[in-house]
Amino acid sequence: MTLQLSISQNRPRFFTRGVWVVSAIAMVGMLALAARFVLGLGAVTNLSNGYPWGLWIAIDVACGVALAAGGFTTAFVAHLTNREEFHPLVRPALLTAMIGYTFVALGVMTDLGRFWAMWHVMLPQMWQGNSVLFEVAICVMTYVTVLYIEFLPIVCERFIGRAHLPEPLAFLNRPVDRLLRLLDAGLARVMTIFIILGVVLSCMHQSSLGTLMVIAGAKLHPLWQTPMLPMFFLLSAFAVGFAMVIFESLLASRSFRLEPEKAILAKLARFIPVLLGIYTIAKVIDLLNRGAYVYLFDGSVASLLFVIEFGMGVALPFAILMNDRWRHTPRGLLTAASLVILGVVMNRLDVFLLAYTPTIQSDSYFPAFTEFAVTAGFIAMIVLIYRFIVLNFPVIERLEEVQA
Amino acid sequence: MLARQVTKLSCDSARREPAPRTAASSDQSGCALSRRDFVKISGVCAASLATAGVVKGSEKQALDPDRKGVLVDLTVCIGCRRCEWACNDENGLPNGELHEFDDRSVLESKRRPTSTQLTVINRVLSDDPAKPTFVKSQCMHCEHPACASACLVGAMRKTPSGPVIYDASRCIGCRYCMVACPYQFAAYEYENALTPQVKKCQLCPSRTSRGELPACVAMCPVEALTYGRRDELLALAHERIQCNPDRYVDHVYGEHEGGGTSWLYLADRPFAELGFPALGPSSPAQLTETIQHGIFKGFAAPVMLFGLLGAIGKLSHSAKVTP
Repeated sequence: MTLQLSISQNRPRFFTRGVWVVSAIAMVGMLALAARFVLGLGAVTNLSNGYPWGLWIAIDVACGVALAAGGFTTAFVAHLTNREEFHPLVRPALLTAMIGYTFVALGVMTDLGRFWAMWHVMLPQMWQGNSVLFEVAICVMTYVTVLYIEFLPIVCERFIGRAHLPEPLAFLNRPVDRLLRLLDAGLARVMTIFIILGVVLSCMHQSSLGTLMVIAGAKLHPLWQTPMLPMFFLLSAFAVGFAMVIFESLLASRSFRLEPEKAILAKLARFIPVLLGIYTIAKVIDLLNRGAYVYLFDGSVASLLFVIEFGMGVALPFAILMNDRWRHTPRGLLTAASLVILGVVMNRLDVFLLAYTPTIQSDSYFPAFTEFAVTAGFIAMIVLIYRFIVLNFPVIERLEEVQA
Repeated sequence: MLARQVTKLSCDSARREPAPRTAASSDQSGCALSRRDFVKISGVCAASLATAGVVKGSEKQALDPDRKGVLVDLTVCIGCRRCEWACNDENGLPNGELHEFDDRSVLESKRRPTSTQLTVINRVLSDDPAKPTFVKSQCMHCEHPACASACLVGAMRKTPSGPVIYDASRCIGCRYCMVACPYQFAAYEYENALTPQVKKCQLCPSRTSRGELPACVAMCPVEALTYGRRDELLALAHERIQCNPDRYVDHVYGEHEGGGTSWLYLADRPFAELGFPALGPSSPAQLTETIQHGIFKGFAAPVMLFGLLGAIGKLSHSAKVTP
C-alpha cells in the first residue's frame, strides 16, 4: 500500500534543519545501541554490582512510562467523562503513549542482560507473582497492545477510500477497503472496553512502578523511601500526563505554524494544580508521619535534590497555573507544563538513581557516553516517528485542515 | 592455636537438645478468590487474565524445620583466606596456588564478592592493632529473600532446605534481584555480552547433596565455620555467648536481621562496626508483598476500577444525550 499523500502548498515538509539535527542524534544512538548488543553491557555502560540500574532504567523506562501517561488521562477526561472540547487532544496523546511505550519496551530490552530470554515473562510457568516487576511487565505488555488497538481506527481512517496498491496488486484495492471498513465498524463497537482497560492497566503499572523501589529499603534515601511510593507515582503520573499533552500541543503548534489551542489547553491545565495540591498534602503527611522531614534541613545533597524537585516541579507550576491570566497565555502554559515534566523526570531520577546508595559504598556511577547516546537516540527516534505519523495520519485535526 | 580455640569454646551444656523451631513464616495473606472466580468476575477484560498469576503467586512457602545454614565465629577466624581458595576451586572460578592466598596485602583494601569471587575476607582493624577482626562475606541465604521475591521469572528461589538458588535458564538479566538484596552481595557478569549470569554463593549444592560440607566450611583450618541445621546453629551460637560472655557481644547476626538468614555470625564487637547493615526484623520483601497483594487481592481493586470507569462512561454519555 503506497502512502498516497495529499499534495498541498501548505503541507509542512518532514525534513527541516531541526529534524536533521534530531536525525543525527538518532543515528549516533543507534550506533551505540549496536555496540551494546555486540559488545555487552560491561563494555558500553558504567553499571556495577553496586549500581545494577542506571540511566536506561531511570530515564528510558521510569520516565518513559510516566511521560506517556497523557494517553490514559486524556482518554479518561475526553471519552469516559465525555467532554467534547477535549476530543482534539485525544489522538496526539494516544500517539505519544503508543510510541512512548514502544520505546519503554525497547529500553527494557536494551538493559536486559539476557534480552533474548525476554519472552520468559510471557510463560505462565515462569511467573513469580510476588514480584512487583512481574506486575509492571505484564501490565506494560498488555497496555502496549491496547494502545495499538486504540490506534487502529486512525489507520483505518487514513486508508478507507484511499487504498491504492501498486499495479500487480491493484485488484486487491476493493477487498482491502472493505476489510478496513469492517475493522473500523467492529472497533467502534468495542473501543470503550479498550479505553477503560487502558485506564485500569495504566493505574496499575504507574503505581507499581513506585512499589518497585520499596524493596530497596535503606538503599533509597528516607526522603523518598516510603510505602506510599505507589500513590505518589500514580498522582504524579496523572499530573504529568496532562502536562505532556499541553507541552506537545504547544510544541506542535510552533513546529507546524498553527494557532495554539489556548482555550482547550487552559481548561485541561486546570486539572494539574488540583493534582499537585493533593500530591503536596499527601507528601507532607507522609514526611511528618515517618519523621523523614528531619532530613530536609541537613544540608545534604539529597535534601537539596528534594527541595529542587519539589520547589521546581510542584510548587512553582502550582503557583503559575493558579493564576488565571498566566494559565491563558501559551508562555505561561508552556512554562508550567515544562516544570511539571522536569519535576517528574527529576523525581524518577532521584528514586531510581540519585537518591539510591548501595549498601557497600565501593562503587560510584556516572553514565558512560554510550549510555547517554542510546537514551538521546531513543528520544530522537520518538520525535522523528511522532513527526512522521502526525504528517501522514489523521492525528492533529488542525494540521489536517491545513493540509487539506 | 586450633586446640586453644576449641577448648575455650567447648561448653558443658553443648550436648543439650536445641529447642525445636518452627519454619519461619513468610506471612503473606492467601487470596480469597480462586482463579476461576476471578475469570468469572472479569469476563470481558481478557487481557487482565494474564495478571492472574499475581493471585497464584501469593502462596506461602514452607521451609523445612531441619533446613541448613552456616555459623561464622568471627572471633576464631584468622583471615587465612583458605575459604576463598576453596570456593574458587569448587565453583570453577579463576584461582591461584594456595600459597598465593597468604599474601596479606590483599587485606589492605576493602573487597566485596564479585562475579569471580563469591566469598571474600575483609580485615577490620580495632583499637588494638594486633587484634583485627576478619569478616567473611558471601550471600547470606535469607530466610525470606528479597532477591527471590523481586525476581519476576522465579530465577532466584529459596529452597525449603535453606539455600537460595539461582537458575540461569530462567533469568532474563534485569538485575532487580541486585537492587533488592539488602547486603549488596549478588554480582553480575557485565563483561559477558550474551549469557551473563548473576553470581553468588549457592551453598555448594553438589557437595551437600553428597553429604559433604560446603567447600569453605570443609577448608577452614580453625573451624571458624560450622555447617548444620539452622536451629541447632542458633542454639550453639547462644550457648557460646552464654559460656563466654566476655568473648562475644550478645548478638547473633542473622537470627532476625531482614527476617533471618541461613548464615549466622558471632563477633566480639558490635556488628555495625564490622560493616554489617542494620536491618529490621522483617524481610524487605515482606512490605512490598503486603502492598502488592493488598492492592491486587483477589483482583478486586482493578475489577472495581473497571466497573467504576464503565459506569462513569455510561452516565456521562447518557447525560449528554437526553436533553
